[in-house]
Amino acid sequence: MNKPQLSLAVDFSDEQAMLLDTATEFFRDKSPITYVREQLTTEIGFEQSLWREMVALGWLGLAVPESYGGSGLGLAEAVTLAEPIGRCLFNSPFQSCQMAVQALLAGGNEQQRGRWLPRLAEGSIASVAVIERAGDWSLLRPECNGIREGERIVLSGVKTFAVDARVAELIIVSIDFEGAPALVLLENAVLPEGALTREVVIDETRRSFRLDLDGIEVIDTDLILSHAALAALTAIRDTALLLITAEACGGTAGVLDIVVAYLNTRTQFGRKIGGYQALKHPTVDILIGLERARSHLYHAASVLGDTQHAEVALRMAKAHGSDAFAYAGDRAIQFHGAFGFTYECDAQLFLRRALWCQYQFGDALHHRKHLAGLLF
Amino acid sequence: MNELDEFRAEVVAWLTENRPPEPDFLLPESFMEVGSDSQFHYLRDWQQQVYEAGYLGMAWPKEYGGGGREQVYQDIVTAEMARLNVPFMTNTIGLNWAGPLILAIGTEDEKQRYIQKILSAEEIWCQGFSEPDNGSDLGNAQTKAVRDGDEYVINGSKIWTSLGSYAKHMILLARTDFAAENKYAGLSYFLAPMDVPGVRVQPIQKLTGEYGFTQTFFEDARIPASCLMGTEGQGWQIAMSTLTFERGAAGGQAGGLSMVVVGVADVVELARHAMRDGQPAIEDPHIRDELVKFLIEEQGDRLCESRSRVTALCSERPGSIALSGKLRGTELRRRLCQFAISLQGANGALWVGDRDAVAGGKWQRSYLNAFSATIGGGTSQVQANIVGERVLGLPKG
Ligand SMILES: Cc1cc2nc3c(=O)[nH]c(=O)nc-3n(C[C@H](O)[C@H](O)[C@H](O)COP(=O)(O)OP(=O)(O)OC[C@H]3O[C@@H](n4cnc5c(N)ncnc54)[C@H](O)[C@@H]3O)c2cc1C
Repeated sequence: MNKPQLSLAVDFSDEQAMLLDTATEFFRDKSPITYVREQLTTEIGFEQSLWREMVALGWLGLAVPESYGGSGLGLAEAVTLAEPIGRCLFNSPFQSCQMAVQALLAGGNEQQRGRWLPRLAEGSIASVAVIERAGDWSLLRPECNGIREGERIVLSGVKTFAVDARVAELIIVSIDFEGAPALVLLENAVLPEGALTREVVIDETRRSFRLDLDGIEVIDTDLILSHAALAALTAIRDTALLLITAEACGGTAGVLDIVVAYLNTRTQFGRKIGGYQALKHPTVDILIGLERARSHLYHAASVLGDTQHAEVALRMAKAHGSDAFAYAGDRAIQFHGAFGFTYECDAQLFLRRALWCQYQFGDALHHRKHLAGLLF
Repeated sequence: MNELDEFRAEVVAWLTENRPPEPDFLLPESFMEVGSDSQFHYLRDWQQQVYEAGYLGMAWPKEYGGGGREQVYQDIVTAEMARLNVPFMTNTIGLNWAGPLILAIGTEDEKQRYIQKILSAEEIWCQGFSEPDNGSDLGNAQTKAVRDGDEYVINGSKIWTSLGSYAKHMILLARTDFAAENKYAGLSYFLAPMDVPGVRVQPIQKLTGEYGFTQTFFEDARIPASCLMGTEGQGWQIAMSTLTFERGAAGGQAGGLSMVVVGVADVVELARHAMRDGQPAIEDPHIRDELVKFLIEEQGDRLCESRSRVTALCSERPGSIALSGKLRGTELRRRLCQFAISLQGANGALWVGDRDAVAGGKWQRSYLNAFSATIGGGTSQVQANIVGERVLGLPKG
C-alpha cells in the first residue's frame, strides 16, 4: 500500500487540561438536569446570563486570533468545552459560533474578518445555514441561489437547520452563485418578517430554524466566492465534525453515568440489576465505545492543521463517536424498563441528543463511505 | 537524526540482517501454539539470538542479565519486530509475567536464579493455574501442596498448560490449606521445577489439529520448600498480580514481540486480490464499509494507547484503557480473521494443506487460533465482568 500510515498522535497541552477542568466544573454547576429541563420550553433555549459568563471567561474568543480580539488558541481548545457541554446536555450557540469563526478564518477577506471576528469574540452570536430541505449532507451542492441584478444579488430558496439563527446577528448561508458554491454573510437585521421559522427537532434542547431566502438582497461585499468559499465550507464541516464528536463523547459519558447509577440501585429478583450480565456486558460495550471515541476525538484535535491526516481523523471520529453515543442512549432506555419509556426519565434527553448528533453533518455510514475513498 | 532515530535504524538493520530464514514448516502464531520440536527449537534459537544482540529485557536491571536501559529502547525494538513481522519471542510466560513478577516481589536469590535464563530462553516457563474443573473460577483450584520437611508434595492436575512440553519451570497455584476461612485464603504460589519425578505432561491436540498445550499431572511430586513464593496463603494475591502483567494492565515486561500481529492492512491487501462478481473485492461497497469499520476500531485501540499516556485525558477512570485492552484487542482480532475468510469466496472453505488455499490457509488457521486469546488468560466474558465491576463499579453477578 502506498497510502500514508495513519497518525497516532494524541497531544494535549497543560492549557487544554486546565480548560477541560474548568469547563467540566462550570457546566456541571450551571447546567444540572433541572436547568436543562427548564430550558426545553424557553424561547431561545439557554440562559442569557450564562452566555455572558461564558463570554467573560473568554470562551467565545478562544479560537479567534489575538489581532481580532481573541485569545489566539484554536479549535483543539474548543473541544475541551464542547465535551463537558455534551455531558451536561447544555445548549448554547457555542458550536454555531465556532463554525462561523472557522469559516471566516478560512474564507473571509480582511474586511469581512475585521468586521465580524471581534464581535464574535465578544459574544455576538452567529449561525450557519448550509443544509437544505432534501437533507443531503453534501455541502457542495446548494440549490438555493443568488441572481445578480445590477449592484444587488437577489437570493432564493430555503435553508434548513440554521441552528440558533433567531438570536444570531450573523447567518452564514451557502448558495449557488454563477454555477459554483458561495457563502453569504447575511445579517439577521435585514431579514424580512417571517424569514425564520422554528423547526421541530428531535433534540428538544436545540433551537433550529428554517430560513426562507426568497427576495432577500445582498451586495458583493457580503459574499465569499470560489476557492475561498470551498475553504470556508470545508472549515464549517471540519469544525462541526470535531465539535459534534466532542459533544457525543460528553453525552456518552453522561448517559453512562445514568445507566451505572440505575444498575447499582434498581433491584429485581432480590438483586441489583447490574449483577445481570445481560445488562453489565452491554454497559461495558458503552464504556469501550466511549474510550475509543475519546481517543479518536483527541487525536483528531491533535492533527487538525495537518492536511494529510485531518480529514481521515475527523471522519473516523464522527463516524465512531456519534454511533457510540446513539448505542449508549438506546441501551439506556431499555435498561430503565418502563421508566425508560417515560418523558420523565433523563435517558430520553440523551437519546434525542444522540440522534441529533448522528444526523448532523453526516452519519457513520456516510463518513465511512468517504473514508473508503480516502483510504483505499 | 536524534539518538532514538539512530537506535531505531540500528534495530531495523539488525533485524533485517539477522531474521531467521523462513522454515519449511508452519510457525505458530503465539506461545500458546508451540506444538512441535522443530517449531520450538527454531523459536528458542531466535529468542536467544535477539537476547545476545542486546534487544531483549533492555529495561530490566543489568545485575540480573537485563540491559539496564530506558523502556523506550525496548519499545522501539518491540514495535520494529512487529512491523518487520519477524518471529515472536517464545518464552512469553517468563518474559512477560513470571519475570516481571519475580523482579517485582521475588527474593534476591530468585532474581539471580531465574531472570537471565528467562531472557536467554535457556529455561522456558509455563503457567499452572487452570484445572480441569476450575477454569474461570481460578480461586477454586484444588491441586494440593502439602509441606513435608524441606519439601512440598504436589498432587493433582493442571490443564491447558501452554509450553508445558518444553518448560523447565512452572508458576503454580496450589492449595496448601483446605480448612482456610475462604477458598482464596488457602492458596499458595510456587516457582516449581517441572523436571522432578511425579510430574508428567500429556500433549493436547488443538482445534486446528496441531499441538500447543498440555495437561500436567502431579503424582506425589516433591519440590523444594524454597519454591514457595511469598508465604503460604498469599497465592491468590500473587496470582492476581501475575494476571495484571499477563493482561498487559501493568508495565515491567521484558518486551519483544509476543505474537504474530494481524492488522486490518493485511485484510485490505487480501481484499485487493479476492474477487467478487468479476471485480476485486475491494471495489465492493459493502466490503469497503466493513473494512473501514475494522480500521476505525483498530485505529481507536491504537489511539487509546496514545491517549493512555496523557494523564489528563484518563483521570476519570484511570484503569479503563488498560483493563479493557485484552477484551478489545482479542475480540477485534477474532472478528477480523473471521471476516478475512469471508473475502475468499468459495475458497473460504479450504484449509491448510490445500494447494488452492488462500495464503496457504493462513486466515482459516488464524481464525481458529484467535480463540486462544479470547479464552486463554481469562475469557472475554470474564474480562467484561472485570471491566464492569472494577472500572464501572457494577455489582458482582
Ligand atoms: C490456547 C489456550 C492456552 C491456555 N494456556 C494456559 C496456560 O498456559 N496456563 C493456564 O493455567 N491456563 C491456560 N489456559 C486456560 C485458560 O486460562 C482457561 O481456559 C480460561 O480461564 C477459562 O477456563 P475454562 O476453559 O475452564 O472455561 P470455563 O471457566 O468453564 O468457561 C466456560 C464458558 O463459561 C463462561 N463463563 C465462565 N464463568 C463465567 C462468568 N462468571 N460469567 C460469564 N461467563 C462465564 C466462559 O466465558 C466460557 O465461555 C489456556 C487456554 C487456552 C484456550
